[in-house]
Amino acid sequence: MDRKDKQAETTGSDAASSDAPSTTDLSRRDFLEGTGAALVVAGATPTFASADDGTARGNRPVQQVAPVPTTAITLTVNGTRRTIQAQDRWTLNELLRDQLQLIGSKIGCNRGECGACTVLLDGEPVYSCSTLAVWADGRSVVTVEGLERNGEVSPLQQAFMDYNAPQCGFCTPGQLMAATALLERNSSPTDGEVREALVGNLCRCSNYNSIVEAVLAAAQTSGGAR
Amino acid sequence: MKTFANRNARSVQEAVQLAQSARADGQSVSFAGGGTDLLQLVKDRVPNRPGSPAPDVLINLKTIPGMDSIEGGSGGGLTVGGLVSLSALASDVRVRQRFAVLAEAAESVGTPQIRNVGTVAGNLVQRPWCWYYRNGFPCYKAGGNRCFSIAGENQLHAIFGGGPSYIVHPSDLAPAMVALGASFRVVGPGGERVLPAADFFVSPRVDAEHENVLTDDEVLASVEIQAQPSSVRSTYHKVMDREAWTHALVSAAVVLDMSGDVCRQARIVLGGVAPVPWRVAEAERLLAGQRITAELAAQVAAAAVAGARPLAKNAYKVPLTRGVVERTLVALAG
Repeated sequence: MDRKDKQAETTGSDAASSDAPSTTDLSRRDFLEGTGAALVVAGATPTFASADDGTARGNRPVQQVAPVPTTAITLTVNGTRRTIQAQDRWTLNELLRDQLQLIGSKIGCNRGECGACTVLLDGEPVYSCSTLAVWADGRSVVTVEGLERNGEVSPLQQAFMDYNAPQCGFCTPGQLMAATALLERNSSPTDGEVREALVGNLCRCSNYNSIVEAVLAAAQTSGGAR
Repeated sequence: MKTFANRNARSVQEAVQLAQSARADGQSVSFAGGGTDLLQLVKDRVPNRPGSPAPDVLINLKTIPGMDSIEGGSGGGLTVGGLVSLSALASDVRVRQRFAVLAEAAESVGTPQIRNVGTVAGNLVQRPWCWYYRNGFPCYKAGGNRCFSIAGENQLHAIFGGGPSYIVHPSDLAPAMVALGASFRVVGPGGERVLPAADFFVSPRVDAEHENVLTDDEVLASVEIQAQPSSVRSTYHKVMDREAWTHALVSAAVVLDMSGDVCRQARIVLGGVAPVPWRVAEAERLLAGQRITAELAAQVAAAAVAGARPLAKNAYKVPLTRGVVERTLVALAG
């Protein structure tokens, strides 16, 4: 993996191929989304074609469904205040990824076990899959997209690249957020303290040693995460 | 996730009223503290209350002013709000100095992300982590009438006090609270009641569906911890099948009142081995008025497991419990 790909991964950007040499401008994400949409349309076509309201086949009419409860919330996301009409049932992660297109935080397990969805809520690492968006009303959220400063990656992100901390990279945004929170309250952690702070972030590639090395190196070179 | 409405409560009384009025409208209700456990149950459509479907209304307790604070009482006691996060509890200087067993128990829960959000009340009233209950089996805990662990995969189940359900109580704070003699303030439709921690948790022989005395519209509002004499020392020892991020296979909350190397009084409460925090009073009695030697610790540990009734696949917990009790006593007395 070259440095450019790795940078895209550690900054949470999925548009990795946008300025890479390529025969097409299509990014991996655009391609996958496009393919998915095409499949949905293909699957739905027969229904559309029959212009069927259900009664023709003797089905019952579609039942009226109660409106989904929503709440207006205001929260600060990566330094920007946002007011959003959120469905009460949205997790914070669903708000960030599906509504705000902040796709850096990932969904691995969606049940508070793997840590790929970790974001900072008022500076503390939390699992964004296991808290509701409406509960973040009035609070401040930082995602991996919020780590860069003036277009530059943070020292911690740089250290992740330098020490090959990401392998597949899926857990990396969560690891970065948990490690950022650690370095902000403890600028010179021990090896044990780093491991303790990252215990809630699983790496399926099991690249833990490199991740710990990267966090320790970031602490040494910059005296902190940012 | 299933659709539901979130209602922010401004007081515990309002939370109770919101729950009652929603239930009167035929809606199912859950109280939400940190929500780390509740949201997984909702996603999986595992009933949070036995026989109750996934909630139509969540009552958010996080918006109640002051419910997340720890107040110092007279003479060194503490009142811990139900919504205090586990990380706030573990890092509170007063808790660390006066009630080490509680700070260590809070620190041993889950991961930093869970402790930042998970609450004291939530940890104490979380539903069991038995894999049958969590995976949709119609067991006692889900409102059914079987315990699937009896003839099934019971590696992690109870060796004490089981039947008809053999879950182990999942809370790390619960043994510490019982060992400290804490009292729980419960607020419900009929006002509030205060009861000793030991009476809050109920055996499945009394109520197979619930792990505690809370009724549907009741909230565990706060916990009161009495001051301890300065001669008291305490610790929480948790053994897991990996170094972190799981529940106890066996744990021991030990509180010793020492006079030099002589133990005046002891409290030993086990976790991970019974459907409730499991106090071993016989073992405690052997310690009263005695010097804690290696030999005595071994005798106490043997007494602690004397009543164990393991299932087919969890007999390993008997020597494990004995070892945990013995080592914890020696370390704490030394």
